[in-house]
Amino acid sequence: MAELFASSEPAVGFLQFLMLGLVIGSLYALIALGYTMVYGIIELINFAHGDLFMLGSFVALGVAIWPMGVTSADAPTGAIMATVALMLLVTPVFCALLNVTVDRVVYRPLRQSPKLTVIVSAIGVSFIFMNIGLLWRGATPVKFPDLIGDTNLLEGTGLRFTWEDLLVVAVTVPTMIALTLFVRYTTLGKAMRATAQNPVAAQLMGINVNQVIAVTFALGGALAGVASVIYGLYIKAVDYQMGFQNGLYAFTAAVLGGVGNIPGAVLGGLLIGVVGELSKAYLGAKWSEAVIFGILIVILLFRPTGLLGARTREKV
Amino acid sequence: MKLLRHWVLILFGLLAVYPWLPVSSANRGEQFTILFIYAILAQGLNVVLGLTGLLHLGIAAFFGIGAYTVGILTVGFFPFQQSFLVAAAAAVLMAALVGVLTTAPILRLRGDYLALVTLGLGLIVLYAIRNLDPITEGTKGISPIDAGPVPGWSGKNLHSWRLKSDWGLHWYNYPYFYYLCLLLLGGVLLLVRNLEHSRLGRAWVALREDELAATCMGLNPARLKLAAIAVGAGLGGLAGALYAMALRTTGNPQTYDFTLSMLMICCVILGGMGNRNGVLLGTFLLIGFDRILTGILDNQIQALVGSASPYLKLSGWRLIIFGLVLILMMRFRPEGLLPAKRIQVELHPEIGEALGQAAAEAEVAQKDSSVPVSPAPLRPPGPAS
Repeated sequence: MAELFASSEPAVGFLQFLMLGLVIGSLYALIALGYTMVYGIIELINFAHGDLFMLGSFVALGVAIWPMGVTSADAPTGAIMATVALMLLVTPVFCALLNVTVDRVVYRPLRQSPKLTVIVSAIGVSFIFMNIGLLWRGATPVKFPDLIGDTNLLEGTGLRFTWEDLLVVAVTVPTMIALTLFVRYTTLGKAMRATAQNPVAAQLMGINVNQVIAVTFALGGALAGVASVIYGLYIKAVDYQMGFQNGLYAFTAAVLGGVGNIPGAVLGGLLIGVVGELSKAYLGAKWSEAVIFGILIVILLFRPTGLLGARTREKV
Repeated sequence: MKLLRHWVLILFGLLAVYPWLPVSSANRGEQFTILFIYAILAQGLNVVLGLTGLLHLGIAAFFGIGAYTVGILTVGFFPFQQSFLVAAAAAVLMAALVGVLTTAPILRLRGDYLALVTLGLGLIVLYAIRNLDPITEGTKGISPIDAGPVPGWSGKNLHSWRLKSDWGLHWYNYPYFYYLCLLLLGGVLLLVRNLEHSRLGRAWVALREDELAATCMGLNPARLKLAAIAVGAGLGGLAGALYAMALRTTGNPQTYDFTLSMLMICCVILGGMGNRNGVLLGTFLLIGFDRILTGILDNQIQALVGSASPYLKLSGWRLIIFGLVLILMMRFRPEGLLPAKRIQVELHPEIGEALGQAAAEAEVAQKDSSVPVSPAPLRPPGPAS
């Protein structure tokens, strides 16, 4: 990758990697939002979230190949736009339904159980999803149709910003803003915040807590679905293990920002994207993962509740 | 029934004579060694997770460190070429050291954050193993590991009617290695048992139950957690050393990834967190199914159906099976097959209440009625004043 935009100016090179990092980071942030919302409301580290994202990308792949049959950027623009729109409709709905089902079947009976019990169940769900992906598409990476093309929009500046980069930003940024507004200003959003703060008190105030939690799972799943479509179109290869890797980044992003904190998840995602790209550029690709987790550990050492996380007091 | 209470001893007895039993000439029990190795690793995790209550998601890293330490210390192209015993001891120390050094800075993290950071630490170790090519041979793994002859036996060939092996050749030869691993597993179980009943073990349990209360009672949580990690990581290192020896290679670094950590957590939870015999049972069931039974069943299915479709292979469904085991266990028996008493009370408040109520009722009955409920009073009445 590096030689593609190797520029004579080191500053331009840095800017390029920074930009790429922000693009990839906003993708991580989108996945992290689903994590952080579920965590915020029932304090569950949803290990299955990344694998839900993986299944979503397989569904998106199916939509591109089967009903539409659009598999390359050479297809008419209208067909491509219709395909992308259909993917962005079907995949989030699929992921939302699946996530709600899992909550209903697996997590809801465990609401009163100790935390460890629920986390372990989530790991079980993650294993099942991963195996479904393996049986569905096999162990080797599958090519995702290249629909967008990579025409450079910043020709002549020494920088590279393609239609694909634009797509990522154009989908993730409005989604994140909409989500923030939803949680802050709608009645349902208020109910979500109330449930997150104190489920029992929320119930006493007439909030249907189980329903609110289901909505949270649906939203989280839908976000994973949107992210999986964008990821497929951007990275152009999907495989059954990508859920673990990207889920881990999203998870790291959520914790970095302070789990349960929506702006925190976005900040964490952007930070991970930038750090990942910069370390790829200056340290070599193979060390970027280690650097990301190293930074996570260092930040947690100094701010144990994340960058924007509230300081919690010991309950006595 | 009374006999069943000593099932661990019976199991060990059976395993000790198994190589000599005329079961099947194709199956001499060689593959059991892998069970013993994973059982040692699971006991290590049990000390950290089951006894002390630290959700460590990177236990596979210590397994890897053990394996690579043995690899580096014994393999031909490095200048060390130590014997297996030295290398194994070094592996234990190395894993424990790494465990303590990596855990010391993160002691004040709790719960989810601790889980996440240990997961990250495990992955960093994995990436380091994979990327430090000059030391670890990258994705190829270090091989062949040859740790020299077993001391004291060299030159003596003991052909038995069944074992068909040259005793006195190498550590990794079948009967030797089988018994070595079995013996070490027995030793580890004894060690964990003694630790459990020691002051340290009781302090660990107190910490697991309520860190704040334990601190108020004058326990030092930092030191206790480090001790638990040192023991757990050391046992993980030992298991890793044996694993590398069994395979005679450290294998692909991917062996030591998150899935292995999770698999070990499954074993601990399936058996019963904090109950060493339960963890032993859980490991034998789960790893036995995964490493031994699936292979046999796959062959049977293939012979029956006559096709090699991946959908008909149990090994293709292993993650679904683990996942279902985890979910169903959490739903219906979160305390595991053989629950540790204290955890059972914690997860099923009604049992604890019933116990407490029964005790209270007995007390009330004893106090109120003129007729004593229990035929023999607990304490003989002292001389009346």
